[in-house]
Amino acid sequence: MRFEGTKDYVATDELAAAVNAAIILERPLLVKGEPGTGKTELAKQVAEALGAPLLEWHIKSTTKARQGLYEYDAVARLRDSQLGDDKVHDVSNYIKKGKLWEAFTHEQRPVLLIDEIDKADIEFPNDLLQELDKMEFHVYETGQTIKAEVRPIVIITSNNEKELPDAFLRRCFFHFIAFPDEETMEQIVKVHYPDLKSRLLSEALQTFFDLRTVPGLKKKPSTSELLDWLKLLMAEDIDPAVLRERDPRKLIPPMHGALLKNEQDVQLFERLAFMSRREGS
Amino acid sequence: MTPLFHRFFTGLRAAKIPVSTREYLTLLEALEKGAIDQDLDSFYAVSRAALVKDERNFDKFDKVFAHFFEGIEALGAMFKADEIPDDWLRAEMRRHLTEEEMAALKEMDFDQLMKTLQERLQEQQKRHEGGSKWIGTGGTSPYGHSGWSPNGVRIGGESKNKKANKVWETRRFKDYDNERELGTRNLKMALRRLRRFARDGAEEELDLDDTINATANRGYLDIRMRPEKRNAIKVLVFFDVGGSMDPYIELTERLFSAASSVFKNLEYFYFHNCPYQAVWKSNKRRQSETTSLMDVLHTYPADYKVVFVGDAAMAPTEITHPGGSVEGWNEEAGGVWLRRIAETYPNLIWLNPTPENWWPHTYSVQLIREIVGPERMFPLTLSGVDRAMKELAKK
Repeated sequence: MRFEGTKDYVATDELAAAVNAAIILERPLLVKGEPGTGKTELAKQVAEALGAPLLEWHIKSTTKARQGLYEYDAVARLRDSQLGDDKVHDVSNYIKKGKLWEAFTHEQRPVLLIDEIDKADIEFPNDLLQELDKMEFHVYETGQTIKAEVRPIVIITSNNEKELPDAFLRRCFFHFIAFPDEETMEQIVKVHYPDLKSRLLSEALQTFFDLRTVPGLKKKPSTSELLDWLKLLMAEDIDPAVLRERDPRKLIPPMHGALLKNEQDVQLFERLAFMSRREGS
Repeated sequence: MTPLFHRFFTGLRAAKIPVSTREYLTLLEALEKGAIDQDLDSFYAVSRAALVKDERNFDKFDKVFAHFFEGIEALGAMFKADEIPDDWLRAEMRRHLTEEEMAALKEMDFDQLMKTLQERLQEQQKRHEGGSKWIGTGGTSPYGHSGWSPNGVRIGGESKNKKANKVWETRRFKDYDNERELGTRNLKMALRRLRRFARDGAEEELDLDDTINATANRGYLDIRMRPEKRNAIKVLVFFDVGGSMDPYIELTERLFSAASSVFKNLEYFYFHNCPYQAVWKSNKRRQSETTSLMDVLHTYPADYKVVFVGDAAMAPTEITHPGGSVEGWNEEAGGVWLRRIAETYPNLIWLNPTPENWWPHTYSVQLIREIVGPERMFPLTLSGVDRAMKELAKK
């Protein structure tokens, strides 16, 4: 099992090396990076490349570690007992499997995505230490022990909203997806839009990277925003020349709404466009 | 395992990267299980993934890596040829030699291979006169069979078919280093140090889940309560605006936006250079809508933590003399007011956006530090804010 990126996903050598090390050593891989650099997508692509099933566990601020293992629905049992349902005698009828349970007992080695782990409570990762380390846990209500025969490939993403505990970090491999350089970005765009005219692409990429270097931008546009923008440019069949517009009344490039998501940034963009116009003249 | 790796590990620890033995063992396991291809790029990627868990330490890692695996003079002497796996050197050969040369080399044994590599590297040294790119200063060391020492050769140096720089040489992660100025995200992380969710006080919140569980288990209604979760930290921020602070406005804004989203109880006021009898909430109406500082001191209890943000650069008289203010007439000197604040709030820090090594050269900074306490002024860098928050979190 080796991961090299897929036809839809450009993985740098470093990323591929980290993924493969995590697969071979059967340890979780923690992925961080700017929003929109393809952290969540990575798990999907790894699953696809390896032909493995993908289990996704999306973490919210209210998610508890327990829910990943199993949940015991005591309320349903109480209700059933009042209705005289026979199910009530077997407690396992009220145990709902969590994503980790599913992953541990899957017949084929799955890829388990734990998405945005930093959204949860600060203690959340600590509560999963043993479970991710030993890949087993105990079900108190039924006395079962669930143990993974084949350790799933675990990919964890974080947006850095909270610092993760050291004990947890020590057990993971870590990769930081840096923002792609221009070369990699060109590859990424080509993967998504193979028919894009190269002139439009280079003009658009230049505008995009210029824009990212504007100091003080509230939110820098990310890869996914670039892709959306290009899609719009293509759909509207924009002439590349328009991106180099010299007419002061049309300083802002077409469809800028896909790139810039707030008013102050649009004003900054105007300034940039004004400057590049002066450069050109 | 070879002492080389062990020294690499110790080197990382010496560079203050928190690498644990467990992580080191993981790396060795990766080597053993073949998770690392036989070239330095792959070793770099996997060792970083296994050992470094915080992108802020990537830059330090790159530097240590360069030290150990590229034979920089100081540490290069530690290398012994037999510590480097043959395969890596062979891989290195492949980069330096042409196809035909490689074909000819196939029959050679390791010693011959090494000799050819030396020759190749010596040629390159001639061509790159004076440059240390190819061969370091240790490169003139004996090239004999057992004396051949890779410290002379920059293992993993420039190659022809790839980018001119090795990934770890480009120092891509400089921006994530601790000592760098702050991005909003980093700031939030640093400020979060201070955020303590304390479950204290009376039981006052219905614990719904627990109640349902307990009720279901017992078969009758069993109410469970729990203490309310709340952010126990209250913060009062004073921002210096205008004048010498202009270049730092963006930085200050970032701090402010980060601070306001982290703390629930956050009050802020603006001042100019030094706090006097009045501070204000809106910079546009600084002349018309001011708040008396005395009122501020009386409104917010002493358990508020006070953060000053300012460069503390001004004329000394602005601190020491009545009427020294550039804003308007002040009956009492700025220093008196500042001392009053420091006495009211035991938890106080001053964040200064100018570099720490400038401070001794500005007299007003000295004055301010004397008043607030010299150990309570911190630079506005990530590690500075980190240290500041530790200081503030003290009871």
